[in-house]
Amino acid sequence: MSANNTSGLPQVSNRLAYNAMRHWKERLIEALLLAAAAVSVLTTLGIVYVLVSESVSFFSHVSIVDFLTDTQWTPLFDDAHFGIMVLISGTLVSSGVALLVAIPMGTIIAIYLSEFADSRVREAAKPILELLGGIPTIVFGYFALLVVTPILQAILPGLPGFSLLSAGLVMGIMIVPYIASLSEDAMRAVPMSMREGAYAMGSTKLYTALHVVVPAAISGLAASYILGISRAVGETMILAVAAGMQPNLTWNPMEPAATITSYIVQVALGDLPHGSIGYQTIFAAGLTLLLITLVFNILGQWLRAKFREAY
Amino acid sequence: MKPLTTEEIRSVIARGKFKDNLFKATGVFCLALALVVIVALIADMVIKGSERFTLDFFLNFASRRATQAGILSAWVGSLLVMLVTALAAVPLGVAAGLYLEEYAKRNWLTNIIEINITNLAAVPSIVYGLLALGIFVYQFGFGQSILSAGLTLALLILPIIIVSTREAIRAIPAMIREGSMAVGATRWQTCRYHILPYAMPGILTGVIIGLARAIGETAPIITIGALTFIAFLPPVPFTETGEGTAGLFDWVMSPFTVMPIQIFNWTSRPDPAFEVNAAAAGFVLMAMVLSMNAVAIYLRYKMRKNIKW
Repeated sequence: MSANNTSGLPQVSNRLAYNAMRHWKERLIEALLLAAAAVSVLTTLGIVYVLVSESVSFFSHVSIVDFLTDTQWTPLFDDAHFGIMVLISGTLVSSGVALLVAIPMGTIIAIYLSEFADSRVREAAKPILELLGGIPTIVFGYFALLVVTPILQAILPGLPGFSLLSAGLVMGIMIVPYIASLSEDAMRAVPMSMREGAYAMGSTKLYTALHVVVPAAISGLAASYILGISRAVGETMILAVAAGMQPNLTWNPMEPAATITSYIVQVALGDLPHGSIGYQTIFAAGLTLLLITLVFNILGQWLRAKFREAY
Repeated sequence: MKPLTTEEIRSVIARGKFKDNLFKATGVFCLALALVVIVALIADMVIKGSERFTLDFFLNFASRRATQAGILSAWVGSLLVMLVTALAAVPLGVAAGLYLEEYAKRNWLTNIIEINITNLAAVPSIVYGLLALGIFVYQFGFGQSILSAGLTLALLILPIIIVSTREAIRAIPAMIREGSMAVGATRWQTCRYHILPYAMPGILTGVIIGLARAIGETAPIITIGALTFIAFLPPVPFTETGEGTAGLFDWVMSPFTVMPIQIFNWTSRPDPAFEVNAAAAGFVLMAMVLSMNAVAIYLRYKMRKNIKW
């Protein structure tokens, strides 16, 4: 400020002007940051908009009843059938196989790491699990088709070159780290005093783990299983590579079959014109997939709320 | 009840100990199985693919002849897509994380954003591909370009970056903010000069983990319609192409392929000669992903050692 400014008034107004500018700049930055945070909401709205709008035009050609009850899925043939159950069966069978591997294995590893292993083993095991969780799914697909399938064929003669079984097994291994690390976190959150109480009554470590720690952490375990189910249902590349892509209404894991996700890949690999009925089927399939994962997530939240134990 | 004899008590304890040890063995077995899978996977790719680890493999385009096919367009494509992904996802993710931790008031809007981010993390990646096909490829008219792919993967890893940013910011004690504001800094100045620099290692870890996830993603990129056979590179800025000088950003609109799609293409061919290529390319992709993860793990380790408030 200049020295001949005796009244002091301009000084004050300058400072106020500076403050006001500062205020506006702050508001602008806050608005920009809010806009960035809103992108995630826009993403969700975009997903719902795209899936629903394309599905609406799909369902103006195909009735919902046919979609849910037809036992054939031949959308690109002249005699077109749109029975989504065909794809859902493939998705459920492969996910079932994957979960039969991932849930026991993930839970055992979690109990072992949280209740039995000493800190050295735990420090060594964490990077192994992280590594396993970081392997790209296309590499797992390669592994399922070219390594696991030949091994399985040696054990189970008659297993075809593409099968839900080998894809599902490898998918299970892929999901193990997610279930193991979430379950372990849940069990380590159980207070030490509960274990000490059980030990004081003469329980063994295993008895304490299975009858005290697991029941106390059950809501966290359920959440990890639900995440595992979501991963299995949404997994794409392992199935596209190793399970074959022909639609097949089956509950037998020894057969090849298409899933919702591998059907979308198959169509995307071809050259379907924008706006054709074949193009719309992948959005109807995607909407079905999203609804299935949504149902499991709601179920998971309900389970968590129902069995939540607070200490 | 009859009291137990010493012998009986001993046998009860022995049985309990035996069960404990049995379970321990099962646990070690399950962990070992996970390790075996990783080792088998890497060993298989190294052994099968070893004959392709030559300079030519990295400098050749895809070819119909397995022995002459290479991954040039694939790794260049992967790097360029990652560049777009990082440029889009990092500013958006960090800004969103900063907003939620430092600015957001507890109201319904904040709640919606938080629930939304949790739910987005559970959406299957192929659904992002459908979103991108509908919005980026057709509505915005970006076509099947590097731009579409980069933006798709950016949306996919946004939740990872937001969550790690928030965790890193939350670890900074309140006294840092109070000190900054006490000397007259505004909220933004506090974030700009204190919060962001201190949170940077944590944010960086999240960014690297997110990019490592993105570089291995196949499904969403296939869904937007990436080509599997590309025998050219995107135009380099300011060089002569067939249609005149390429602009600075022409490459973002170029068709492309990426490593996972190249592997998928080679894996699904019936000719076993291409298996070798798939194995070699798979190993290169694994090496990229694992080295990124290793950097992230190292950063996290260093961070834990260095931080003393």
